Amino acid sequence: MSAISASEKVDGFTRKSMRKAQKQRKSQGSSQYRTQCAPVELSPLPQLKDAPSTEQQELFTQKLQQCCMLFDFMDSVTDLKSKEIKRATLNELVDYVSTNRGVLVETTYPEITTMICTNIFRTLPPSDNPDFDPEEDEPTLEASWPHVQLVYEFLLRFLENPDFQPSIAKRHIDQKFVLQLLELFDSEDPRERDFLKTILHRIYGKFLGLRAFIRKQINNIFLRFIYETEHFNGVAELLEILGSIINGFALPLKAEHKQFLMKVLIPLHTAKALALFHAQLAYCVVQFLEKDPTLTEPVIRGLLKFWPKTCSQKEVMFLGEIEEILDVIEPTQFKKIQEPLFKQISKCVANPHFQVAERALYFWNNEYILSLIEENIDKVLPIMFGSLYRISKEHWNPTIVALVYNVLKTLMEMNCTLFDELTSSYKADRQREKKKEQERDELWKKLDELRLSSAQNNSHGLPSVQNNNNNNNNNNNSNNNDTQDKSAEAAAVTSENKDPDDSVAAIESSPCAK
Amino acid sequence: MAGADGDDSLYPIAVLIDELRNEDVQLRLNSIKKLSTIALALGVERTRTELLPFLTDTIYDEDEVLLALAEQLGNFTMLVGGPENVHCLLPPLESLATVEETVVRDKAVESLRKISQEHSPVDLEVHFEPLVKRLASGDWFTSRTSACGLFSVCYPRVSSTVKAEIRQHFRTLCSDDTPMVRRAAASKLGEFAKVLELDYVKSDIISLFTALASDEQDSVRLLAVEACVSIATLLPQEDLETLVMPTLRQAAEDKSWRVRYMVADKFSELQKAVGPEITKNDLVPAFQNLLKDCEAEVRAAAANKVKEFCENLPEDSREQIIMTHILPCVKELVSDTNQHVKSALASVIMGLSTILGKDNTIEHLLPLFLAQLKDECPEVRLNIISNLDCVNEVIGIRQLSQSLLPAIVELAEDAKWRVRLAIIEYMPLLAGQLGVEFFDEKLNTLCMAWLIDHVYAIREAATCNLMKLVEKFGAEWAQNTIVPKVLGMANDPNYLHRMTTLFCINALSEACGQDITTKQMLPVVLKMSTDQVANVRFNVAKSLQKIGPVIDSNALQTEVKPVLEKLATDTDMDVKYFAQEAISVLALA
Repeated sequence: MSAISASEKVDGFTRKSMRKAQKQRKSQGSSQYRTQCAPVELSPLPQLKDAPSTEQQELFTQKLQQCCMLFDFMDSVTDLKSKEIKRATLNELVDYVSTNRGVLVETTYPEITTMICTNIFRTLPPSDNPDFDPEEDEPTLEASWPHVQLVYEFLLRFLENPDFQPSIAKRHIDQKFVLQLLELFDSEDPRERDFLKTILHRIYGKFLGLRAFIRKQINNIFLRFIYETEHFNGVAELLEILGSIINGFALPLKAEHKQFLMKVLIPLHTAKALALFHAQLAYCVVQFLEKDPTLTEPVIRGLLKFWPKTCSQKEVMFLGEIEEILDVIEPTQFKKIQEPLFKQISKCVANPHFQVAERALYFWNNEYILSLIEENIDKVLPIMFGSLYRISKEHWNPTIVALVYNVLKTLMEMNCTLFDELTSSYKADRQREKKKEQERDELWKKLDELRLSSAQNNSHGLPSVQNNNNNNNNNNNSNNNDTQDKSAEAAAVTSENKDPDDSVAAIESSPCAK
Repeated sequence: MAGADGDDSLYPIAVLIDELRNEDVQLRLNSIKKLSTIALALGVERTRTELLPFLTDTIYDEDEVLLALAEQLGNFTMLVGGPENVHCLLPPLESLATVEETVVRDKAVESLRKISQEHSPVDLEVHFEPLVKRLASGDWFTSRTSACGLFSVCYPRVSSTVKAEIRQHFRTLCSDDTPMVRRAAASKLGEFAKVLELDYVKSDIISLFTALASDEQDSVRLLAVEACVSIATLLPQEDLETLVMPTLRQAAEDKSWRVRYMVADKFSELQKAVGPEITKNDLVPAFQNLLKDCEAEVRAAAANKVKEFCENLPEDSREQIIMTHILPCVKELVSDTNQHVKSALASVIMGLSTILGKDNTIEHLLPLFLAQLKDECPEVRLNIISNLDCVNEVIGIRQLSQSLLPAIVELAEDAKWRVRLAIIEYMPLLAGQLGVEFFDEKLNTLCMAWLIDHVYAIREAATCNLMKLVEKFGAEWAQNTIVPKVLGMANDPNYLHRMTTLFCINALSEACGQDITTKQMLPVVLKMSTDQVANVRFNVAKSLQKIGPVIDSNALQTEVKPVLEKLATDTDMDVKYFAQEAISVLALA
């Protein structure tokens, strides 16, 4: 018991770094071996390069069949000899298909695909760590990687071989094959996902008949990720492939592609783990906009709809993406979106989290954005002014205040008269807002009364409501602003009186005594 | 009726709609949440003709607003004029059932299901069923997934031609292109089967079930397992073997662990649904396999079901099956490499003793219990200890006490305070079962040590534990063993420990009775009123308030009152506050 430090005894939640240290020991997993009975011991076959050319094909097939034997890598002591034989054979096969010409005859295709399917297609094991955080935790690595890696390598060389014929291969590399390949993208092992990315890219390039299918399945994976499981390890890799696919789309864009943008890529922004694939996602979005600028308005509206409410880190990413979009925006598109967009930006600059405010204020360092703002200063300035003016006085962070002063100065230089007008009407505007709020409260109060009275008494509920309503109409003449303001202040003061219980609770929980 | 009809001049719809359209999401959300109030203000007529069309048209909003709207509309029947008008709620709900966000869609479907019950059979065919059809043949997958949840609510109340159409639509969705829709259909398969006529269950549902259970995606296949339970319940026993069992056997050996996990998780339900004969012949070997599965996840799920499975075995062969088939697997699980598996087993294994009886328990189970009590993982030990009462009934806890004690001691000092907390909670139970001498000898020191734990939650639990022990062993025992130690802590240099004395006194006074409280505890409390730490002083005031009713009234007047009066003039405002409160509660003013 003495090994446990006092701090740990107090704090049951062990630190993440400590947990991580424990984790690393067994960050290996595999469900490879599970489908098969005990493996038979392998005996080495002669080298392909030593065999006479007439027998090479036969030997190649034999070696492929030999490599269909699976071994248990979770148990590091069994079948050592056979594992080594398979490893050497796989190496030889990789070498064989990448350096020799004329080895891919039609009869080898089924053997090759069988070997690949047997080795790589498997149900991924359950994650060791159910709340696996890809940013913090070590991934579980595939235990059978020494073999699996070579099989992936072989598949890649097979696809890249100059003799490779998609017309023959398509009988084996079919929709089912692709579907299983896509499921493997959920692997926690980044090395595996990296191979899969390159392989899928090759397949997409070589098999025209599979392209639509691949896109649709990626669609399904993303939709399941967004709306059902919120868990899929390979989102970034799939987006990277899509980035280059989108790049190659023909114009005008098909409805299918636009739907993919609006119904899949934009909702992907809602994911909790956005940080893991945001760069790739933003790249895809910008690719779309460069292809077809008319998509700018729906895209920005989509981003505004999903704007993060509580996660500042994500908000910074959104702002980054908006800047990437603004970098390529056409001035006509800018005009269409400026109003809702700058309402959001105005909220961001006033964000109490200084990184969010800072990221938004950096927009004013961007020459192109600055020119767009200048062109539309009469629209942008009134939206931005309130927030900027307020935080220039209120923000807690001095850097932000300094940045805001610069922005205000820039804006003032763009349109001095408008700036002065806004400055002088600022107070009145605030008061008008306050009053509107009060009217809203009144309205709802009355509606609630109506609900109460109708609940209590169906026939006598109405008169009292009618009386109230007269007051409501009178309120429209706005000559009692001052009194309202005072009452609001008074309310604020009373709410500061604290409850004795509160202060006691604070004392009790404080560790040091008075 | 006048009240519910509203008044045009009062609440022009424009004002209300303005609220629903406000720029601020929070305000829109507030307005939507009070939609029923708005409807009430407008009256049923204008709700139908103006409000609902507006809502139907403007369904592009934040999902949070839409969610609130979907929920509200499910309770709107009276606000649109009762069941004869309820169908006018369908258009907005239909749009909501097609949005992307799952929670919104699900809520819309829930509301649609609710109001479907309020439709007359005619309206159901004229308005509701066409909506279901439209959703079922929608372009985007969202509307088709929503449709899946609506078939079963309208099926029982429509004509046979419409029924045939509904069956056809459901069939189509079961083989939909997108896995999302197939998943939705698979998850509603059982529910739909329940409302179908038995012949159609056999002709339609079984083929759909078989197809979904061999879907290429494991996320679909595992949902078929759930449906299996309902389907098997519906079918007569003689059909199960041919219609359900082939699929179930296949699922139990599926290559995806997720499907096998689902089978393990639903095992008790499946067992009940297929009856004793099939259980004996098929499920017992299947269960053995699941207990030996290569994925720990599956083993843990199966281990969780061990007790239930054994309990529900047919009585005539129960003991024989457990002893020859299940127990060997259980023995292996006790030394499993995965702690979740062991801990799942530990939470149910004690239950086997009641099923197997005294002799078998002593001979076969006891060694397993003892092994688990010594397990390296605290959770396993804790699960065993928390289920001790099952064994106690059968063989008495004494059999275990030799191993029990080291296990308890170790848990009591575990580094994780949650583990310590858990073991404290079982102390009164253990004390009751082990008896007072054993307790005094072995466990008393532990209970006292918890009082000075670093973590407040442990000190608090330890205080409460003392109270329960006193209730069990009586005031005399308290006076001899506990009270002196508790009162001794009043002189501890650590103010937190001094406060613990007060908390203990609060908890113990009632159980100890007037005599001990007045003669032994009160002097200590009063002495602490001059403590230099304010927190201690105001806790003295609180304690006095608490134990006041137990103290005899003479002492209250002569001893407590002056002390409280003095505290009421303390320099610290909190001490003053609680002293005054105590004075008024005890009526000493």
